[in-house]
Amino acid sequence: MSLSGKVALAGVYEHPTRWAPDKTDWQIMAESARGALEDCGLEKGDVDGLLAAGLGMGGLGIIQLSEYLDLKPRFVDSTNIGGSSFVAHVNHAAAAIHAGLCEVALILYGSTAASSAMAIGTGGQAGREPSAAFVAPYGLTTVGGYAMAAQLHMRRYGTTSEQLARIAVQTREHASLNPAAKMRKPITIEDVLASRVISDPLHLLDCCIISDGGGALIVTSTQRARDLRKRPVRLLGCGEAVWHQETGSPDLLTIAARQSGERAFEMAGLTPREIDLAMVYDSFTITVLLTLENLGFCKPGEGGPFVEGDRLSRTGGLPLNLDGGGLSSNHPGMRGIFLVIEAVKQLRGESGPRQVADPALALVHGTGGLLTTQHSGATLVLGAD
Amino acid sequence: MPAEIRHPKPVPDWETRVFWEGIRRHEILLQRCADCSAVQHRPRAICATCLSSRVEIFEASGRGTVHTYTVTHQNQAPAFRGSVPYVLAYVDLEEGVRVLTNIIGCEPGEVQIGMDVVVDFEDLDEETAVPRFRRA
Ligand SMILES: [Zn+2]
Repeated sequence: MSLSGKVALAGVYEHPTRWAPDKTDWQIMAESARGALEDCGLEKGDVDGLLAAGLGMGGLGIIQLSEYLDLKPRFVDSTNIGGSSFVAHVNHAAAAIHAGLCEVALILYGSTAASSAMAIGTGGQAGREPSAAFVAPYGLTTVGGYAMAAQLHMRRYGTTSEQLARIAVQTREHASLNPAAKMRKPITIEDVLASRVISDPLHLLDCCIISDGGGALIVTSTQRARDLRKRPVRLLGCGEAVWHQETGSPDLLTIAARQSGERAFEMAGLTPREIDLAMVYDSFTITVLLTLENLGFCKPGEGGPFVEGDRLSRTGGLPLNLDGGGLSSNHPGMRGIFLVIEAVKQLRGESGPRQVADPALALVHGTGGLLTTQHSGATLVLGAD
Repeated sequence: MPAEIRHPKPVPDWETRVFWEGIRRHEILLQRCADCSAVQHRPRAICATCLSSRVEIFEASGRGTVHTYTVTHQNQAPAFRGSVPYVLAYVDLEEGVRVLTNIIGCEPGEVQIGMDVVVDFEDLDEETAVPRFRRA
């Protein structure tokens, strides 16, 4: 029996901080939990499911978080598949609620990535994973992985730096309408191209910012959500994929979104054509372009022309990343939770000056890990109740 | 010519040691599955295609083409800070596997997708070498 429509986002909260040297990750998560509970009118004692992931959370982090918040959940999940984790957590919470394993799930993220000075994009990659010895000698950075995809896309399809820059310019325009966004001064395509090259062909302004921040989501059954403070946003479809592009040497431009998106649309019984707005993980401009292609909003190779003009603007054919995204609003190491928060606010009509006119359906897609090596994708189709 | 890359030393484990011992002798070693014929890079105890344990080592030609690349202008990791700009690339070997590497021996701006390349070994010390690629 499909869970489509049976489970809903009842409460959301985005922590307003972008710079929090005086806070811990735990504190940001706790303050966000309080905000999301107030949003929907539930109390801490109602929470019986807890889901979280974080850069600072070790293997037992979910137990430590339970202790910090004095929660004794009967369902927990600390799946960490990178920045998309919180989108996947919505899937996992929905499955648990649908199966009766818990009733009210709280999803949390908090990070002081900026004030603790982490070089997330250009700090190099090393670890104890099986591939470590084959990566460490060569200076693979996060930006570098995405830049290799951009280079290939340009060569294969003639995509230009101007087209990628259009994504950054549009996202900044949306950020200028969001009082909480970190970067609000409008930019031009020329500004993006004139910013320094970090990893060719990606410029500084093709890359997400680094900030502090956090947020919270509350997921429960649609039935219960209807009795709460805010209009529920129903989960109509969801899908996940873990992807790798070295072993087996598949196409570098086919990404996890193809598989997770197909599953989410199939469950929802909908197609990209029917979507009113999209919240897509924008670690880099190329991430957005490849995600739109792989989700089926346009054909492979047509992403460049697709993002030109005003299509992605608040009043365009596919309004995208209306909070200002990771490119301009906030990116505390992982930002999947913010994709869901803004989609919910938009579907409730709570986004103020950046509100899309009467949206009924939103698409959320998170990308985690490192495109062109090993990454993940999680997709949601959300609908106003 | 850009600054030499100061490659950090790879730290092999027991599964990958055979590869790095080959590199020290200036040989690229790959695996071929005796059951399904799949070829794989990064030696492992099993065939990633069919999970057979009958994986056999063989030496690759060392020739390939650039699949894609990026000229890295910023890397804050201490080992690479002084090496920018350097070329990070995926090279498709003739045997059908893709390897992450650096392209060296030319200006970064000369590297192109599809360019024919050949392996170039740098000896880091008596125990350790690193394979990179240069224009064929
Ligand atoms: Zn096999």
